[in-house]
This record gives sequence, C-alpha cells and structure tokens, in this order.
Amino acid sequence: MNRLQVRTTLPATLTAAVFAALVAGCSSSPTGPEQSGAPVESRTGVTPVVAGNVQGNRLPAELTDPKSILSKRSVYFDYDSFEVKAEFKDLVAAHARFLSANRQFKILIQGNTDERGSREYNLALGQKRAEALKKMLVLLGAREDQVESVSLGEEKPKNEGHDDTAWAENRRADILYSGEF
Amino acid sequence: MLRSLPERLLPTVLRRLSLIAAGALIAAQLALPAHAELTIEITGAGANRIPVAIADFGGEAGVARALTTVIRGDLERSGMFRLVDPGSAALSESSQPAWSDWRSRGADALAAGSISAAGDGRLEARFRLHDINRQSALGGAAFVTSTPMLRAAGHRIADVIYEKLTGEAGVFSTRIAYVVKGSGRYELHVADADGQNAQAALISREPIISPAWSPDGTRLAYVSFENKKPVIFVHSLASGKRTAIANFRGSNSAPAWAPDGRRLAVVLTKDGGSQLFVINADGSGVQRLASSSGIDTEPSFSPDGQFIYFTSDRGGSAQIYRINAGGGDAQRVSFEGSYNVTPRVSPDGRSLAFITRRDGAFRLAVMDLASRQTQLLTDSQKDESPSFAPNGRMILIATEVGGRGVLSAVSIDGRIRQRLSIPAGNVREPAWGPFLK
Repeated sequence: MNRLQVRTTLPATLTAAVFAALVAGCSSSPTGPEQSGAPVESRTGVTPVVAGNVQGNRLPAELTDPKSILSKRSVYFDYDSFEVKAEFKDLVAAHARFLSANRQFKILIQGNTDERGSREYNLALGQKRAEALKKMLVLLGAREDQVESVSLGEEKPKNEGHDDTAWAENRRADILYSGEF
Repeated sequence: MLRSLPERLLPTVLRRLSLIAAGALIAAQLALPAHAELTIEITGAGANRIPVAIADFGGEAGVARALTTVIRGDLERSGMFRLVDPGSAALSESSQPAWSDWRSRGADALAAGSISAAGDGRLEARFRLHDINRQSALGGAAFVTSTPMLRAAGHRIADVIYEKLTGEAGVFSTRIAYVVKGSGRYELHVADADGQNAQAALISREPIISPAWSPDGTRLAYVSFENKKPVIFVHSLASGKRTAIANFRGSNSAPAWAPDGRRLAVVLTKDGGSQLFVINADGSGVQRLASSSGIDTEPSFSPDGQFIYFTSDRGGSAQIYRINAGGGDAQRVSFEGSYNVTPRVSPDGRSLAFITRRDGAFRLAVMDLASRQTQLLTDSQKDESPSFAPNGRMILIATEVGGRGVLSAVSIDGRIRQRLSIPAGNVREPAWGPFLK
C-alpha cells in the first residue's frame, strides 16, 4: 500500500512526512487530488523539489554587518566609463580577500547603466562594468569560477528618476553572494 | 495602380481618432481587460491621400457594420487614404455603382460588398473595388470567416484594397508584439496591427526585452530576466511552449532570426565581452561569428540573409557595422555623430533604420544603403527599438510622450505618424511581425 492510498483510506494515520509530501505536491490546487477523478492507484509518491534558496540568507555576519566593509556591495561608475574608481579599491580588495579565504562562496556581479540610449547597447555597457569589477577581483585573489558577471543594463534602475542624480546612482555594479540571487 | 488614379493634394492635418470600439460583438472576444488595449491615434497623414468610399456592406446590418468599421479604420489609419462619406445606402458587390454620383462625392475608388451566412455558422464576406473615374472594376475577393474572426476578414479586405490602390502589399492582417510594463510586472503582448485582440504571451516579475518574430510568425525570441540575468528564450505562441536557447554563463541577449528561421544571431558574454554568435533555434550548435575587443551587439540580418548589421564600439564610439553572415571582416556603415545604434534593414534590403543621438536626443533615422544618405524621421527625445512593417512602408518604434512609454509608427518618408498607447500604461520594445502566410 503506498502513501496516497493510506491517505485516502486512513487519513488519521498521516505521518508528518507524508503530509509534507502531499502539501508539496498539491499546494497550488484548491481541489485536492481526490476530486480530479483520476484513479488513486495510479499515483506514485511525491518527491518535493526545492527550487532556489527558500531558507533565507544565512550569510556570515561579516558579509551583512553594516560595520563590515563587506556589507558594501555597490561600485559606482562615471558616465560612459568602466573604470573602477580609486575610492572603491578597498571595497573590491576586501571582497577579493573574502572570496580567496572562502572558496566555497560564489558571487554574481550585476552591471547596470542609466536609462539613456539603446536597451541592448546598455546591456553590453553594464556587462563591461561587471567584467571590469570581476577582473579586479580575480587579480586580487578571487578565483575565476567564483565570479559570474552579468548585466541588467538599464532594466532595473535603483533610482527611477530621470536626472543626473538618478543616472549616477544607476551607473553601478552590485555584488551578490550565493543565496542572494 | 496609384498612378491610374488622380492624386489630390491635401494638407497634412492633425487628426485624432479613437478606434477602440468596434462594437460589443468584438469587445466580447477580447481576452484582456480594457486597460490593456492599445489605442491608436493618427498624428500625421500622407500628403497625397487617395479618396476612397467604403459603402455599407449588404447583409445582416450589425455584422456588416462591424466589418465595414474594421475596413474603414484600417484604411484611414494607414494615412494613405481619405475616406469619402458613402451615404447610408448599403451597396453589395453585385450592385452597379452610380458613377456620376460617386464622382460628385469626390471618390476615386469605391468598395462595396456583402456578408452572408455560408452554413456551419460560417460567414462569407465578398466585395468588389471600383475605379470611379474609369468606371471599371479594379478587383474583388471573397473570404470565408466566422463571427469571432470577423475582424480578420475585414483586415484581409482592407489589405486587398490597399494593394490594388497603392501597388504595395497591405499589413492590416499582420501582428505586432510589444512589452507592457506595470508596477513590478512585465507582459509580452501580441496584438493585431490595429492594436486589437491583445493577448499576453508571457507575464513576468522581471524585465522582458528584445522580442523578435520568427520569419513564419509562429514564434517569438526574446530576452527574459526571470533568472536574475538575461537569458534568450524561443516561445511558440500557439502552444505557449518556451525553450531557453541561450543560458550561458554571463549575459545572453539581442536575438535576431536568420531569414531561414533555423538560426539566430545572438550576443553572448560567455567568453568575455559582448560578442556575436550564431545558434540554432533549438539552442544547439553555437558558433562564434565575430571577434572584437569591445562591444558587439544588436545583430540584424539583411532580408537576403547575406549580411548581419550590428552595433559596435570597436572604433571608439557606438557605430553600425556589417559583416558577412558567414563571418569575416566588418565594414563600418555609419559615420555621422558619436552614437548610432540598433540597425534594422528594410524588407527590400535598400535602407537601414537605426537610432541616432543628436544633441542629446535619440531619434529615428533612415539611411539609403546605396547612397549612404541619412534622413531623420522624428524630432523626439527617446526613440528606440525600430522595427519595419513587412511591406517596408512604416517603421514601428518605442518613444516617450509625457514621461510615458508609447509606440509610434512612422512612414519611411516621415509624413504619416500613428501613436499606439495604453491609457496610463508604459509600452515599449515593439516588433512588427511578418506577413500572414
């Protein structure tokens, strides 16, 4: 007798494990499997699949503590520039050191641009920023396979405004650690 | 055929037409709530519009009116015609027009027809087009349709009239795709060329950009950010089945179909930098197409499949280049100004639409590829994403009006302009689909 037959004939004997499996299998369906008309015997057990990180971020405190430089994740760029400015060198070096000391960690760098110009061209500009940051991290000790650089172009502005202040805020590359993306 | 009709010079006037409503019959067919409907207003018309009368068709009055409304709306919106008041008498395809009467109304051409039951719940729409000055028939056609597909029959009739009177194919039966941005919500829509029958093909919390129609009009390629990075999908519209054809490390973007519909040019960063690759439509067989130390993006095939036009900063600023579709050396195509992007070749292969930055404004331009002469078609600030109608007459772009994203269709001579917008909504990333097969 499989689990689902147990459920349909002896609901009071449900174990917590079976219940969890059933919830995982039909949580989006307001009418349970019993109402669907399909033969109960044909159903097999349900193996819950967890997509992505549902546990929340369990990052070490040094990555999230506002007093730690590693909690700073954004590098800002000048207009039409991909150069990591001197003021961000300490921040980049700190992340490189962390990645070098913690090889199990991976990061995603998302490059961003302001809204002016072609969306696809801006996607490529954001990529250039992400790759400039990646290059520096790798030079300073991060391993190539710990860092993926991608671009969001102008699609996800941090500041939705349409002036110089907003644009400066959006010319940016962000560092996200595993579990944050 | 245009030449057989006397051309009448008319001043270009600002006209406003709201063409949402075509009867309750049609409204009932819409899959989306009213807020998602595109409305079209004409903001510029051609200088030499052909005066044409579309008589009320014969047959059941409500159905006939719905059909003639579609035909008149299509022709009027195209900016190529001036609709002549046909009076109130229904006129079928077999009626003999009162020539002198129509001439005195100022019509050069007259369409008359009827719609009748053809059994099995089907309807048959018939019509005939007359040359008033020559007092002769220019042609006619019959289309079997159904009540839900009545608009489609109207578009087919309008296409025939357009072609007979202008000498080029009509695009009223084609479809357009575009992205609607809501708050925290992005929808990829497909609608008829008149903005009606809008349906969402994809709804996502993350951005969707760069939709591109397969040459057979059954699939859309696009870039979706649903995985927190750009990934290229190919999406079959009828089944909703979608495949991530390029999900490599880094960014995947700018899909462009080859004319054979089997391959796409794409931009990948898997080997560092935004570079051009070709890939099969199922995601197999990825091959590098070109190499540069800078940005190469926005590929677009010439209609004969021979060349790929693209944007590159290899020369120090964003300019348009072209490369043989099999690879090889790139030739620079644009020279004026410091920012020329998003090249799109016209269906006849003779001209190139692109976006150029002039004095800080991004404007639609067209270059004659033989003479390299460039003409600016708009005076707006934020034009982007040009897309040719399959007959090459109009270019659909995204632009901004009052801080809102709208679509604009501009004729290749810049005279005819239509604005497509959603009330209080942001519309962007248009792509005009191919001719109906």
